[in-house]
Amino acid sequence: MEDARSWAAELRGRFEEGLTRAAEWRAAQLRGLLRMATEMEAEMCDALHADLAKPRTEACLHEISLIKSSCLFALKNLKKWMKPQKVQAKLMTFPSAARITAEPLGVVLIISAWNYPLLLSLDPVIGALAAGNAVVLKPSEVAPATSSLLAELLPRFVDGRCVKVVQGGVPETTALLEQKWDKIFYTGNSQVGRIVMTAAAKHLTPVVLELGGKCPLVIDSTVDLHVAAKRIAAGKWGCNNGQACIAPDFIITTSSFAPKLIEELKKVLGKFYGKDPLGSADLSRIVNSNHFNRLKTLMDEEMVFEKIVFGGQMDAYQLKIAPTILLDVPLDSAIMREEIFGPFLPIITVDKINECFGLINSMSKPLAAYLFSRNSKLQDKFERSISAGGMLLNDTSIHVTNALPSRPDQGSFGTQGRPKECEI
Amino acid sequence: MGSLQEKPRLRLGSLVSGLQEVYESGRTRELAWRRSQLRGLLRLLSEKEEEIFEVLRDDLGKNRAESYRDELGALVKSVNHTLRNLGKWAAPEKAQAPLVSFPATALVVPEPLGVVLVFSCWNFPLGLALEPVSGALAAGNVVVLKPSELAPSTAAFLAATVPRYLDSEAVKVVEGGPEVGEQLMEHRWDKVLFTGSERVGRLILTKAAKHLTPVALELGSKCPCIVDYLDGKRGRQVAVNRIVGAKWSVCAGQACIAIDYILVEEKFAPILVWFTLLSRIGLLKSTLKNFIATPECMARILNAKHFQRLSNYLQDVKVAASVVHGGSLNPKTLAIEPTILLNPPVDSDIMTEEIFGPLLPIITVKKIEDSIRFLKSKPKPLSIYAFTTNEKLKRRITEETSSGSVTFNDAIVQYVVEGLPFGGVGHSGFGQYHGKYTFDMFSNKKAVFKRSFLIEFMFRYPPWDDSKIRMLRHVFNLNYVGLLLGLLGLRR
Repeated sequence: MEDARSWAAELRGRFEEGLTRAAEWRAAQLRGLLRMATEMEAEMCDALHADLAKPRTEACLHEISLIKSSCLFALKNLKKWMKPQKVQAKLMTFPSAARITAEPLGVVLIISAWNYPLLLSLDPVIGALAAGNAVVLKPSEVAPATSSLLAELLPRFVDGRCVKVVQGGVPETTALLEQKWDKIFYTGNSQVGRIVMTAAAKHLTPVVLELGGKCPLVIDSTVDLHVAAKRIAAGKWGCNNGQACIAPDFIITTSSFAPKLIEELKKVLGKFYGKDPLGSADLSRIVNSNHFNRLKTLMDEEMVFEKIVFGGQMDAYQLKIAPTILLDVPLDSAIMREEIFGPFLPIITVDKINECFGLINSMSKPLAAYLFSRNSKLQDKFERSISAGGMLLNDTSIHVTNALPSRPDQGSFGTQGRPKECEI
Repeated sequence: MGSLQEKPRLRLGSLVSGLQEVYESGRTRELAWRRSQLRGLLRLLSEKEEEIFEVLRDDLGKNRAESYRDELGALVKSVNHTLRNLGKWAAPEKAQAPLVSFPATALVVPEPLGVVLVFSCWNFPLGLALEPVSGALAAGNVVVLKPSELAPSTAAFLAATVPRYLDSEAVKVVEGGPEVGEQLMEHRWDKVLFTGSERVGRLILTKAAKHLTPVALELGSKCPCIVDYLDGKRGRQVAVNRIVGAKWSVCAGQACIAIDYILVEEKFAPILVWFTLLSRIGLLKSTLKNFIATPECMARILNAKHFQRLSNYLQDVKVAASVVHGGSLNPKTLAIEPTILLNPPVDSDIMTEEIFGPLLPIITVKKIEDSIRFLKSKPKPLSIYAFTTNEKLKRRITEETSSGSVTFNDAIVQYVVEGLPFGGVGHSGFGQYHGKYTFDMFSNKKAVFKRSFLIEFMFRYPPWDDSKIRMLRHVFNLNYVGLLLGLLGLRR
């Protein structure tokens, strides 16, 4: 508690001195983080492998590359973001000039999660530093190797006077939450989200919460099944083996299409992970025995276990669970009420695809919603009727890899009579 | 049914679920519906103008001119602005999809949050209620408005009138006191906007945490006004006009953006307060006497509790001794004379708490630049005002201080510039509204990314090998040449 108070005070002092405000200082931090992600790539991959058995490609693709492109994007746009925006002043207040000037909030606290422990730590840090704040980062203790690596590396690559890494679990986080921050950015689950928000309320601290949800994926028969199945599999099991907030949680499709979808998914999974998925180096493990047991309980529920149509293998010693597909589990089962965050993919069938809307809207709003379909009426209805943080049509997950610049879109989506897809 | 008074919890539960159903029916999402609500508001403001003036005079003793300038007129201007721009604000915005995902479309689509709750405050009981409600409706939401019970005539007016001009199933007014507010907060909302005190703001935020309800808080603060040495008689008079207007003609100083206290160089203070070369009475005093010629020119102190609070500031002996103008109090009529104080102790309550009343402390500093350090010693305010023509001072104020807004050479008027966001920072709150910012406050900006099956890159998928990592590096470095060569089988 004493430590937390003194760190908060120290950083506030540094911020008040004005150290973090100049564009040069901010750019130097961003360049430092970029160098860190480049020079320490091997160490980062090793830490991610130690914590999650994350395959090297996933580590590079989903974490390190995104960190680098985030740094580059911030560096490229920093001057523009810092520049005051002119606003039209009205005749009523003539003569006058109006503008909006961005200023740092001050000292911010970033609490990150264990599943993308580098990305979810550094991406918000990049933004906070670009905005000229001093930062305390509290990485997740559930990914200890990455947490230690961040604690060791950050002071070497950025200004350690204004950026601190605090390691630890519940007691350390609680002590941090007792302090006053100018903003708290939390990534994780809703229970802890509530605790963070309640603690923040005492100091009237604004909070950003990046939580989870059950991300639904709707698929109809108009798709190119071969491509769709690969993208679904990559989005589910190729992202930390389903332990990702934007992984498709469950599928809704018609009962007539489900068997074809299942067959294709089986083929694709065979290609991706081979006959013995538990032995594949390309599949992440479950992060720890708590989560392993949580997932086992979901699967073992009566009326759920018997619905497994593919997979189901588990290795408690290695903490590995194979990609598993289930067909028509009961809607009130735990696996359909809670966020799965693992390699189980329930497929729920409906008679007509339009029935998916009632089901999805009966659940809480998800972080992401997916639709695989070429039917433009269905696409429009999906976009209009489903409320989600992000929506992706005919692909999974990759919408988060967009660092979207401000030039207007030049590509367009169109159905061009079913040409054969180009596989490269 | 438009209003509920102190009904039991059960009724509120069915109110909320009923509103959820109305939202899910989809009708509030149609632009035509939203426009009809905004036009309904404009009709309300026009047809009920007399009644509005009456209730504002009832609750706060506001003169018609003040009511029109600060509430009615501002609302009419704002709702018209929203109507004119609604189509543009509600339209999806294109974003650029990276070339590697071609053909693809990236859009940011605004959608309503759902069922939202607006708590308004007593000092601008019409404006602080209907401004956010108009934006929430423009964004396609269903709305519950809980007006402050401390302005009961306006609350009753809203409860009776809103259902007659707006869609009464989608816009509800819930009257009542703090217990009703607490009961409302037992439920989950898609967004809550609270305007009021820091103390209640904390309670709202704590209750909201249980349901992870997103909240915006518009709180108060001590808004400082730096007055630099101004050359020329006209400039000084204009500045003083604006200062007097921004303290005593806005709800008698009971406004979150009213000037709370003044900072001035000690050698300029006498000119401001005491005398000019031409007269024996200071600019500030003379202007004050002209503007607030009779008690009817100023709004009333809200109630006995606030009267007591303000009187207590003057009970402090040292504070009382610093009064240079006014200072008289009438507990029977709850009237407080416009009062100017010169250098009350900086640790006195009047200098540590938000005054929210017609008392104006003037604090002198040796050099005008010292005022920056002074105001920074206090929590971040909603607004900082500075009357100066010194460009260097303006830059220092902008760069070295933090506040919701900074206004040079005027005060309060920033409220009606629709292009400027209105909101606080730190203890003055978080979340911004007015104009498009209100629309955004009550919207979810949904990212929508559409892809095609046409082009498919196999290096996205396991089983992994080094060549796939190489290709991915090309993609992430936007190295399209490398990507193309790699695809054609020429290694890079």
